[in-house]
Amino acid sequence: MTPLLELDNVQKHFPVRDALGRPRGAVRAVDGVSLHVMPGEVLAIVGESGCGKSTLGRVALRLIEPDSGHIRLEGEDFSALSGQALRARRKHAQIIFQDPFGSLDPRMSVAAAIEEPLILHTGLTRAGRAARVADLLTRVGLRPEMANRWPHEFSGGQRQRIAIARALASGPRLIIGDEPVSALDVSVQAQVLNLLQDLIAEFNLGFIMISHDLGVVRHIADRVAVMYLGRIVEEGPAAQVFAAPRHPYTRALLAAVPGQGNKAAALQGDVPSPIAPPPGCRFHTRCPHAAAACSAAMPELAGEGHRAACFLADSLPAATPFHENTTGGERLTRLAARFQRENG
Amino acid sequence: MSQSSPARRALAALLRHRLAMFGLVVVVLFVAAALLAPWISPADPLATSWAAIRRAPSAAYWFGTDENGRDVLSRVLWGARASLMAGVIAVGGALLIGVPIGLVAGLAGGWLDALISRVADAMLAVPFLILAIALAAFLGPALENAMLAIAISASPVFVRLARGMALEANTTDYAEAARAMGNPPWRTALVHVLPNIAPPLLVQATLSIAEAIIAEASLSFLGLGQQPPAPSWGSMLNSAQRFIENAPWLAIFPGMAIFTLVLALNLLGDGLRDALDPRSARR
Repeated sequence: MTPLLELDNVQKHFPVRDALGRPRGAVRAVDGVSLHVMPGEVLAIVGESGCGKSTLGRVALRLIEPDSGHIRLEGEDFSALSGQALRARRKHAQIIFQDPFGSLDPRMSVAAAIEEPLILHTGLTRAGRAARVADLLTRVGLRPEMANRWPHEFSGGQRQRIAIARALASGPRLIIGDEPVSALDVSVQAQVLNLLQDLIAEFNLGFIMISHDLGVVRHIADRVAVMYLGRIVEEGPAAQVFAAPRHPYTRALLAAVPGQGNKAAALQGDVPSPIAPPPGCRFHTRCPHAAAACSAAMPELAGEGHRAACFLADSLPAATPFHENTTGGERLTRLAARFQRENG
Repeated sequence: MSQSSPARRALAALLRHRLAMFGLVVVVLFVAAALLAPWISPADPLATSWAAIRRAPSAAYWFGTDENGRDVLSRVLWGARASLMAGVIAVGGALLIGVPIGLVAGLAGGWLDALISRVADAMLAVPFLILAIALAAFLGPALENAMLAIAISASPVFVRLARGMALEANTTDYAEAARAMGNPPWRTALVHVLPNIAPPLLVQATLSIAEAIIAEASLSFLGLGQQPPAPSWGSMLNSAQRFIENAPWLAIFPGMAIFTLVLALNLLGDGLRDALDPRSARR
């Protein structure tokens, strides 16, 4: 089966210049990332702020041009397209932004915002588009008569639903959610996550969930990729990554989720500068298990299914189990169940 | 359009702004006077009368008469046509020149932006009126040439404003969403960027009309605008200076007209700024 989206060794460096405009190195935001998403699958990309996960999402859609590497959308070389061909293909891959107050044009009514992809990508008549807008609003849990209102009249959760309706309008096969629920209230988070899950199942969407909230990720993801300083350090089925993380960084991230107790020592120091990442394994400066080999060479992702980029992955002590009952994931699951009872 | 579209909310805020409303009423009165000049003028603005030279204001001649016996009230009313036309057409021209160039500079970036920005900076380095006088002198004395000269001199302000605002609007999430949706660059510019940068452009246009009216009066004063005997506030002031001691009404009425209209436009512009900018303080 052809993956919906496939990234092959994608790289994006942002040049840094000094006061006189001379090049002075580069921020290695995305530094050789390969990954894929299948139809109907939710891939979560997690990591601290600044690890490059949002850049990766934008590079995958070519909202930011990659420096090198290949992007394939449904087997077609998306990175080779340009101009009209690229724009026409954009209907297959959409994005939902974090801030629902910034992602909707304040001078466009809800109807106009959702109608725009239909104008760009379908030959529907005005009446046909209006019917589709009403249908999309219903799908995301809003009333069709809200179409004539303006974004400022809605709450954050409602706006995010409008943004989801807009993303769905062109009939995409892939949606990238860049922290799509981070800006929302917890109870609203659960509702919007449920909506996303329903839509993913209904339309067999491939979904990339970019998030720093491991509770949300546990709730929705089929597969997880952990990013550190522009590289993926661990990748595998969500259940395995959460139950038995193989990379020390993933373990530290999971241990830092509130409710996990203080069994694992907190990481020492700050994230190194992405302008001058440390030699060898990017994580060795903060890794409690670091050995001499770790600063000499860069480990590649290794393993079958559940892969980790760590020389010591197989010799690390067993990971502390992740306490599901105390995480945001469990909280969200319970909240979601309650909302479903109330609505159903 | 629903009750709460951004445009309607701005209009409602403007209607609550007292000074702006005062400005708007005065501007509307001047526009009405200019449009209705042929019907409401008590006399022909060009008709000379050797029997009534430099008469002081009276019941027969409300604003008095000038050195050729022409009715000053009629000339002020007809002069409003030249001033308002010059203001509106010149600023309309400046918008048509400046905004597209500014949008292109802000959205295209690169060497094109650098080139456009440096040319606009160079034009802005020359004082507005000096540039307009130089251009008008080059084009030749006529009201149409004065308007063109003012339009060109006023355009770099709009280039700079449109460029800066477009640059900012283009980095917003909604602009990125528009690109992700597959909008071609021109459509993102016209459908998403332009409507969002329109309010500050509208405010600047209102204030620029006031400046253009002063510029037109100045050019006419110098003989580079409206040509005699056609009435213009600027040329009326010019001929009035010889009689300022014994016939001050020749200077007072056109001077007051310029002052009042420019003040009203500035009040309206400030009110528009308050009404359109959500960050400005609410009263």
